[in-house]
Order: sequence, then structure tokens, then C-alpha cells
Amino acid sequence: MIELDGLTKRFGNKVAVDRLSCRVRPGMVTGFLGPNGAGKSTTMRMMLDLDNPTSGSVRIDGKHYRELEEPLKYIGALLDAKSMHGGRSAYNNLLCLAQSNRIPESRVAEVLDTVGLTAVAKKKSKGFSLGMGQRLGIAAALLGDPQVLLFDEPVNGLDPEGIHWIRNLMKTLASEGRTIFVSSHLMSEMALTADHLIVIGQGRLLADTSMADFIHQNSRSYVRLRSPQQERLRDVLHEAGLIVVETGGGTLEIDGATTEALGELAAQHQIVLHELSAQRASLEEAFMQMTADSVEYHAHSDHASAPPPAGPQWGEQWNRQSGGGAAGSGKEV
Amino acid sequence: MASVPAVLTSEWTKIRTVSSTVWTLISAFVVTVAMSAALCALMNSQFDDLPVAERATFDPTLISFSGMVLGQLAMVVFGVLVVGTEYSSGMIRTSLAAVPQRGSFLFSKVAVAGVLALVVGIATSFVSFFLGQALLGDHHTDIGADNVLRAVVGGGLYMGLIGIFSMGVATMLRSSMLSLGILMPFFFLVSQILSAVPGAKKVARYFPDQAGSKIMQVVPDAMNSDPAPYGPWGGLGILVAWVAAALIGGYVVLKKRDA
Repeated sequence: MIELDGLTKRFGNKVAVDRLSCRVRPGMVTGFLGPNGAGKSTTMRMMLDLDNPTSGSVRIDGKHYRELEEPLKYIGALLDAKSMHGGRSAYNNLLCLAQSNRIPESRVAEVLDTVGLTAVAKKKSKGFSLGMGQRLGIAAALLGDPQVLLFDEPVNGLDPEGIHWIRNLMKTLASEGRTIFVSSHLMSEMALTADHLIVIGQGRLLADTSMADFIHQNSRSYVRLRSPQQERLRDVLHEAGLIVVETGGGTLEIDGATTEALGELAAQHQIVLHELSAQRASLEEAFMQMTADSVEYHAHSDHASAPPPAGPQWGEQWNRQSGGGAAGSGKEV
Repeated sequence: MASVPAVLTSEWTKIRTVSSTVWTLISAFVVTVAMSAALCALMNSQFDDLPVAERATFDPTLISFSGMVLGQLAMVVFGVLVVGTEYSSGMIRTSLAAVPQRGSFLFSKVAVAGVLALVVGIATSFVSFFLGQALLGDHHTDIGADNVLRAVVGGGLYMGLIGIFSMGVATMLRSSMLSLGILMPFFFLVSQILSAVPGAKKVARYFPDQAGSKIMQVVPDAMNSDPAPYGPWGGLGILVAWVAAALIGGYVVLKKRDA
């Protein structure tokens, strides 16, 4: 269990992490999601006591990181692929870490085997590819057989086989009752691995919800309609008791009705349709919508300030919901 | 608290498993011994051509350490790399996650690397001395003569302390390149030049290398050098003070800054 309490980090005038409070529970994979620059890595560095918080605190099983005796036996962390001395072999890099926390040397060979680096154990780590460096970092995290594991963007640089492997590894570790905290800026990746989701943007907590709830609330389908007789169509839909959202460009979006029902309804009233299509808001769109206001590095285009081209009502709906209970569960209020 | 013996073992593994640290220590030894030997041989053949003042204050012990001017630079590189590669490689984050007590981490590292630097320093000065004396022919001195043993042991301590000083500086600057960029010109050029400039002399004699190297002189004001307001041990004491200041500075920086 990791508890963050009002965690804040300021670099000069810039607030990197803003009063972040949440809990990371054991026995599941908790996804830590946010766009680039949202403060994910800074938060993780503060969890490991590498960066000093401006205010607030992080507790691991009730203790401050610095109070942990031989911390590698409590927490293992993969921060970035290049956090080993390149002139030292993979084996020796792990050996000096193991020795500092009195972990038996036999563990070094074990974890190298787990991550599939046994064949290159004696090679200098500077010759490693990004994926191999990532595996070595994971080996280091597993060294002390810790109950808590932090992974910062673990799939970066991994090939599809490696990505598959790390997903399964995280699920296996969580099923053993460990606390797994993994950051990513890819919603699709989280949807496949995480059981719980913590979303931040510009250092602030945007959502703290179970993955199932998030999917339930954000991937509902809707129907898109376009018609030259838009006024009439809207009246007809209103009469039928349907909620219509106008999205510009003459398009209407209707929640809670099938294409069949809407097509027949239009036919009954002899309304010409130019489009009748079933749509599904992807989780990625829901995530982008949620964080749109807090994305720090926008690409410069004419539409830079416009929201992503998705059904905006989902995001707005989400914002209303999470706005009411941002620090709580993020469920509907 | 992390177990200190465990951290010491870990730091020893770090040093012995990287070739750069091993090679810099070997160069410190080889460069010092070879250059000292060459200068001793030269002195022996040119002794009669020396100015009278230098002949009168000829110090065969000091001459056999003359290679340290260059050899100490390898020691500086060793000290800087031991700390600096933690930062340049990103290993520092992994290291501090494993040993979050930053004081234990830094002082274990400095203890292991420092003892190693002192051992190599002492070995260098003894080999340099005996080889130098053998090459000095009629002008040689003996290890049993007054103050000679003090100078030889002191020469070793000097080299080791220069290495430890560099570790402290590298911890403060958190970068190998920056540390080397400052320390190398300082020891090789600035300190040497200022100690020869009349006005700057008075300040330069308190520089770590100028003060510390006093311990290697057996003949007072050897080779017609300037008299200093401190004795051999006083000079070494000044160097020790510099080392302590660098380490305290390094500790404060490591403690305060984000890794």
C-alpha cells in the first residue's frame, strides 16, 4: 500500500505535482495515467525519496521511504532504462545493488533468468538496446522480491513480444498480492493491464477509479445522424423522448437508441438522412478529453486549442462527474 | 538504516567492476614512477650544471616524487570518475533508491575509494622513492635518514588525499566533465603558475596541492623553493582541511538536491 497525502512539488514557479492525494492498493495493477509532463515521473521519484516534496508526504506501508531498512526488499522500481553504469556488466550492476541491501547473490542469476538476459549477463550494459536496458531495469526492480513495484513507462522501447511479456509479468505479480503501480501515457495500454486507474493532468488528480467503471462510463455507444431537415428531425427525436446533442456541421448525436430504431423513426416521418451510423467513443478519446485542458505541450496547428474530434459530451459528462468527486472514487455522483 | 558493511561491500564491487577506475589508478602509479625515475636519472647526470642555490638545497627525496605533478592528475580523474559516473550514467537514482540514507551512501563510497586511493598513493610513493634513489647514484639519500620516511609516507598520503578531494568536488558539481574541467587546469596550470607569480604566491601557498606537497620536502625550502609559514605536517593539515570542506560541501549538496 502506498499513500500519497497532499503531495506537492514545485520547480521555481512551476507546479509539477499539485496536492496529489491517493492510495495505491495491493493485489492489483494500478495504472498511473497522464499526458507528457503531467508529473508522473516526478511523483514516482518522490515516492522513492529521490526528489524532495515541496509539501505533503508519501508513505509506504505507513513508513517514509528513508525509514525502510533495505528498501529494495520493500519496493522495486524501474524509473528509466538508462539508470545503470554502462561500463559494468549486467550481472555486476545487479550484484552491487544486491550487496547494498544484503540480498543473496543467487538472486542476481534468478532475476536475470526471469527477464531473459542470462545470455548477456556478462556483457557491458552500454551495448544494450533500449528493450534490453528496460529488462535489466525490471530485473533490478525484482531483485529484492519486493511487495511493491513501480514501473515508469515500462513498455517504452519494448517489441511486441516484450510488451506482451511485461503485461503478463505485472498481472502475475499483482495476483501474488503485490502492489503494482505503473505509469503510462497510453490509455489503450492501461486498458489491457490495469485494474485501477489514477489519472493526473498538470500535477492534479483528475480521476481515481476502477478500470471497469472507467470503461463502463466512457465507452458507451451512440448514433450519429445527419439530415438536410435537421430542425424537423430534432423535433421528432424530442417527441420520441431522446436526448439530442448537436455537435456542429449539422450532425446530431443520440445516446440510448439503436440505428434500426432511429432509421425507422426517420422513415415514419419521411425525413431524409445523409448519415446514420453507430459510433463508439474510444477510451483513448475519453482520456484525451479528460486531460485536454491540462495537456502542457500542444502540437501547434490551427486547431491546437480545439478539443480532439470526439463526442465531446462524454468528456463533459465525465468532467462533471469527476469534478464533484475528484478526490474520491470518481464514480457517478 | 542500511547496513554499513553491506554498503561498503557494494561500493567495493562498483569500483572493481569498472575498468575506468582500475586504469586511472594504474596510470597514477605508472606515470608518477616513470616520470620520477626519468627526472632522477636526469638530475644525476646534470647535477654539476645546477645553479649553486639549488645544489645547496638539493633534496633527493623530493626529486624522486617529481612525477607526482602529472601522476596526481590521474588521481584526480580517479576521484572524479568514482563519483561522477554515478551521475553521468543515471546510476545515482538506482543507487539512492537502494541506499536512501545519503550520508551512508556518500561516506561509504568515499571510504572505499579513499582507502584504495591512499593504498595506491603509498605504493606509488615508495616505489617512486626507491627507484629514484637507485637512479640518483652518488646524490641519493636513505629511507633511514632524518625525515625521509615521513616524506615518503606523506607523499602517499598526499596522492590519496588529492583523490578524495576530487571525490568531494565531483559530488558538489554532480558532473564528471565539469569537475575535470575545473580540477585539471587548476592543479596542472593555475596553481603552478600562481605559485610562481610574486603577488599571488602568498595565496597560492594555501592551495591544496601547494600546501599538501610540503610534506614531501626533507630539506627545508628544498630546491630553492619559497619558504612557507607552515611546516610539513601543517601543510598536510591544510590539505586535509580542503578535503574536509569538499566532502562536507558534497554531502550538503547530495542531501539537499533532487537526484
